[in-house]
Amino acid sequence: MEFPPIPPVEEILGPSPGQLLRRRIFTHKGLMIGGIILAVILFFALLAPVLSPQDPYAQSLTTRLSKPFWHAESTWKHPLGSDHVGRDYLSRLLYGARISLLIGFCVALISGVIGTALGIVAGYFGGRVDMVITFIITLRLSIPFVLVAVAVVGIVGGSLKVVVIVLGLLLWNRYAVVMRSATQQIRNQDYIPAAEAVGCSTTRILLSEIMPNIVNNLVVVATLEMANAILLEAALSFLGLGVQPPTPSWGLMVAEGKDFLFFEPWLITIPGVALFVLVLAINLLGDGVRDVTAPENR
Amino acid sequence: MKARPLARDRAFSQGSNRRGTGMLIYTLKRLALAVVVTLVVSALSFGLLYLSGDPAAAIGGEAATDADIANIRNIYGLDRPIYIQYLNWIGKALQGDFGMSYYFRLPVSQIMAARVPATLILGCSAIVFALIFSIPLGVMAAIRPNSWVDRTALFLSVMGQAMPSFWLGLMLIVVFSVWLPLLPPSGTEGWEYFVMPTIVLGYFAMPAIMRLTRAGMMEVLASDYIRTARAKGLLPGSILFKHALRNAVIPVVSVSAVQFGFMLGGSIVIETVFAIQGMGYLAWESIKRSDFPTVQAVILVFAVIYIVLTLLADLLNGWLDPRIRVT
Repeated sequence: MEFPPIPPVEEILGPSPGQLLRRRIFTHKGLMIGGIILAVILFFALLAPVLSPQDPYAQSLTTRLSKPFWHAESTWKHPLGSDHVGRDYLSRLLYGARISLLIGFCVALISGVIGTALGIVAGYFGGRVDMVITFIITLRLSIPFVLVAVAVVGIVGGSLKVVVIVLGLLLWNRYAVVMRSATQQIRNQDYIPAAEAVGCSTTRILLSEIMPNIVNNLVVVATLEMANAILLEAALSFLGLGVQPPTPSWGLMVAEGKDFLFFEPWLITIPGVALFVLVLAINLLGDGVRDVTAPENR
Repeated sequence: MKARPLARDRAFSQGSNRRGTGMLIYTLKRLALAVVVTLVVSALSFGLLYLSGDPAAAIGGEAATDADIANIRNIYGLDRPIYIQYLNWIGKALQGDFGMSYYFRLPVSQIMAARVPATLILGCSAIVFALIFSIPLGVMAAIRPNSWVDRTALFLSVMGQAMPSFWLGLMLIVVFSVWLPLLPPSGTEGWEYFVMPTIVLGYFAMPAIMRLTRAGMMEVLASDYIRTARAKGLLPGSILFKHALRNAVIPVVSVSAVQFGFMLGGSIVIETVFAIQGMGYLAWESIKRSDFPTVQAVILVFAVIYIVLTLLADLLNGWLDPRIRVT
């Protein structure tokens, strides 16, 4: 008597959830493109001191406004040209990536902690607590926040720290809204009353029952808010109210190049393209994470 | 997929009386919320003044002696308790008096009145620009998902979300004022000065409106009454415009109101890029000059406009969709 050959165990079980997730990640074009670009920018930012050809603060009035490489009269000393006081543009661009990423990350962290705490508490407890937190969210949404951010940073005096704190304290609304509704959905699952019935503490339920189930929403909002914070810092610095010179911030570089708009437009094109590429990469990554982790894909 | 019932059908099923009182309660609730929010926002914008340290020293400037500063404190009422100052300020603001500008030595209301038209023209033309492009794009994208129109719409909104608005403005100046000298780069003297700012400001409102039109249209097109209309053999154009678009466009109206509010706030950057003599530019100049009464007034006015627009959008939604009123 002959038995058919037993198929290997992988074939019977099918791909594991981890394998499926990996497959979804590596076949998602936007996620891959965004991730790779962001990794490259992160690499340049971290290695800025090694990779920069010159000191980003070193002025040299004899070689001011030298042209970038695609112009005939460019020099190898300044591959991306030099600005109005002769500082090497490539070095400033590399150091500027550090400022943008630092601000994006710190703002996303501060606002993420505030918004997530408010959202989870409102979603889990409901009732009066939810009413109060919803009111706080409504209040925050009614503030013309670009104007308030500009005013507060302008009045207190711009610096990296002030920009991070002000944006961090203002940009938590999307976290709160998303986390609140995600928690409300999780709260109705059977395992929450089960955990309550066996006597888990509230902290434990919030941290080890609810949090793991909404963390993918958190990652999506955090990436999108990071992009938002980077754009806002650039706008604040462009208005002359954010990061102060001579710090190499991309928004500030655009502001400084604005005076040479008519003759040297590349002075604003280069930092603007850098901002655009960075924010695009982060947005693609965020949208990709949302697509990949969406429950309907499982 | 649940289709939004028509207003007429709801009136039949609920009785117009009940509908009326439900709406009244909802309106009063939203109105009370708007008043409370306005009060809190006004307190916040009043508090901004004290972030700077001593406002009297800021008015006096560097050359002021202690006696000058004490004198200024007395004249501007800065020596009184802070809640008295707030009540005075809000009481006068309700009558349209925002105090004197430290910089111009003129009433703030007078300065603002001169700046309102430019911002309103810019805001209105930008929202019209955004609607003219995003509604047809959204509808076409919904009729043929994944077509080239849909992809173009998606591409435009992905680009818009990643581009710094001030940078797009400057690039337009480079192209249309420097390379092809078609449009003036800055100023407020005529309609041609508003073309580029309108495009930039409108562009950033387009993604939200486009996405909502597309989603609403797709939901409506999949509904039973559209299938019925098709089965009856109505003309495709009539189905699209008379039956589908009318229902799909309802949420777009309210999101447009909210976007309009956003735009007014965002106009600070655009007005600065194009040197448009509007409220946003005034706010920027006043922040740089430490002219606090003007800054406070602009923030308060923007916040109130924004709150009123959101209120109107909510009321419109509540009136059109009774499910919202319950919460």
